[in-house]
Amino acid sequence: MAANYDYEEAPGTYDDVNRQDLGYDPNFVPDSVKSFVVHLYRHIREKNVYEIHQMYDISFQTLSDRLFKDTPWPSVDAVAHYVDNDQVFCLLYREMWFRHLYARLSPTLKQRIDSWDNYCSLFQVVLHRVVNMQLPNQWLWDMVDEFVYQFQSFCQYRAKMKNKTEQEIALLRQFDQAWNVYGVLNYLQAFVEKSNIIQILEQEKEGGEQFTANDGYDYSGGSNVLKVLGYFSMVGLLRVHCLLGDYQTGLKCLLPIDISQQGVYTSVVGSHIATIYHYGFANLMMRRYVEAIREFNKILLYIYKTKQYHQKSPQYEQILKKNEQMYALLAICLSLCPQAKLVEETVNSQLREKYGEKMARMQRYDDEAFAIYDELFSYACPKFITPSAPSFEEPLVNYNQDAYRLQLKLFLYEVKQQQLLSSVRTFLKVYSTISLGKLANYMEVDEPTLRSILFTYKHKTHAVDSDGKITSNADLDFYIDDDMIHVVESKPVKRYGDYFLRQIVKLEGVVTDMDRIKLE
Amino acid sequence: MGRETPKQQQQVSYTVEQLVAVNPYNPDILSDLENYVNEQVSSQTYSLEANLCLLRLYQFEPDRVSTQIVARILVKALMAMPAPDFNLCLFLIPERVQMEEQFKALIILSHYLETGRFRQFWDEAAKSRHVVEAVPGFEQAIQTYAIHVLSLTYQKIPRSVLAEAINIEGLSLDKFLEHQAANNGWILEKGQGQLIVLPRNEFNHPELKKSAADTVPLELITRIFPILG
Repeated sequence: MAANYDYEEAPGTYDDVNRQDLGYDPNFVPDSVKSFVVHLYRHIREKNVYEIHQMYDISFQTLSDRLFKDTPWPSVDAVAHYVDNDQVFCLLYREMWFRHLYARLSPTLKQRIDSWDNYCSLFQVVLHRVVNMQLPNQWLWDMVDEFVYQFQSFCQYRAKMKNKTEQEIALLRQFDQAWNVYGVLNYLQAFVEKSNIIQILEQEKEGGEQFTANDGYDYSGGSNVLKVLGYFSMVGLLRVHCLLGDYQTGLKCLLPIDISQQGVYTSVVGSHIATIYHYGFANLMMRRYVEAIREFNKILLYIYKTKQYHQKSPQYEQILKKNEQMYALLAICLSLCPQAKLVEETVNSQLREKYGEKMARMQRYDDEAFAIYDELFSYACPKFITPSAPSFEEPLVNYNQDAYRLQLKLFLYEVKQQQLLSSVRTFLKVYSTISLGKLANYMEVDEPTLRSILFTYKHKTHAVDSDGKITSNADLDFYIDDDMIHVVESKPVKRYGDYFLRQIVKLEGVVTDMDRIKLE
Repeated sequence: MGRETPKQQQQVSYTVEQLVAVNPYNPDILSDLENYVNEQVSSQTYSLEANLCLLRLYQFEPDRVSTQIVARILVKALMAMPAPDFNLCLFLIPERVQMEEQFKALIILSHYLETGRFRQFWDEAAKSRHVVEAVPGFEQAIQTYAIHVLSLTYQKIPRSVLAEAINIEGLSLDKFLEHQAANNGWILEKGQGQLIVLPRNEFNHPELKKSAADTVPLELITRIFPILG
């Protein structure tokens, strides 16, 4: 079940589930649900991953739509005796139960806390006991994704102190460990460490392991759960760090995953998109615009080609949402760092359609432009959080927007610093050489100011990459000789080598096919 | 990761770096990280990773924030330019802390450096002496950054522009230029203009830029080995 990032939190309501949903009896188990849990339990015991996936992805969804549109599923206590009261199955069932609740209803504070407890119990089992299950990657990804989502949701909820009831405040004080930021980060970290996933991925490069080749599944009788949770936790850590505003560390957490290749992260579309979205966003905030543009371009093209296959899936809406957000981020990146050749044709035409006009206005760097940067950033950014516990002292305030406002402010500050670069580019496009004095005249500034602007242009277009190297991402560059500016346009680089290689391989394919044809 | 540390510090900083790598989400290491910041200042070393870890912990424990330590982290980050470390640190510092006078001053300094306003920077830095002089190596680090930007921009630079950027004049500048000419390949042109020729690199001499199209990575060539064979 896809996490709904836009989920609007209802004001805090009562703890009692029954009062929340009239006519809901947690102990009533329809026959279809009984059948569902019995079969799912059997498939898990028999490690029939395909069947588990069908039931998890399709049956659960169908039953939810049919019977539990706006009520929770039956309580775990009501179904436990159908599944031998199996502890692990009950934890898994509860995980699905809470996920459904978050998606369709508004969780109460007590329910949020209970969900945290359930994750703790489930994760403790996986981390400290030998688990003999194989679960579909989709489910394992959803666990990590939902875990981080519920943490984000809790922080947002907790930060709205203004209308909290005394009951809620008492509960928050009492259960201060629930969704504690240390707990969340340390669980994700624990998965990464205990699963040894970083070493596994390292060994894979030398051919020692078959993790990616098997899509993370274990074909030698073991379990994939810890390893795959460890793998997806790296994406989870990237996500949490982005929510905190720590982009550097977030990218570092993702480093063991090679995003230039297919991998287990691409085996689940939600994971693929979440990874690239956060990777691109982190790079944008670190001013590595070219890198962000490259990755957004690839994923947007991928979504364009494949979204039709996900139309019936519960993730579909989320895919579309992220798609739109990434177009907005791409528009921002290209406005700050014009690049003619990095964006593929299909993506480019989509981009023009959605943001063509806005991008033209953003390049003007006037007040209207800043308003558009603000708008796009606010639309597309992650839901930043304040991780610390609230102050319970009067007056109670809402501070849930603080983190977002800070990131937005710093982003717009960066945009403002690049304000004059656009007009410099306009002039550089027209001249091959021009004296500092003349250009200063045209731009209506004095020479020292012009020098500062040119320094800014150079500094902002020469980014420091992850290895500390300087790379130029200026499509239009210059150098100064005493007081003369010499403009250098980077010529469109024809990549003959790549083209020839592809054609050679293609021709070979054709020849092979022809050889196969037997002439009668 | 942190750069080379002097021998006598190696024991302690190795442990702190390990802590950050192995157990970063742990409030107990907060004071170790604070001590490490002071160590970076006194031994002129730098570790962005450890400092980000500390700023994160400050986010989790707002009551334990030491604004003095935060200021020192920011000054060190400024010295790391052109890397965007200063901004990366700001992302983690709550707005109300950033509103304090000393941080406002540091943000202005960063702004001047980001926008190539070197004269304004040195003027402003003189006003915040108490903050920046507390960190040894500050002046040299900024001068290195200034020269970096100049090297991206100029093939031949007038002496006055250089002087303003690195805040050195007169005899000191002469000495400085002699040193650069002897060790870093700067050429001091004789004549009216007092021009200095900066070393050639791919940014101020575009013809030196390696063309990406001419090189094809080996991994792509291996694709056609079966066909060639």
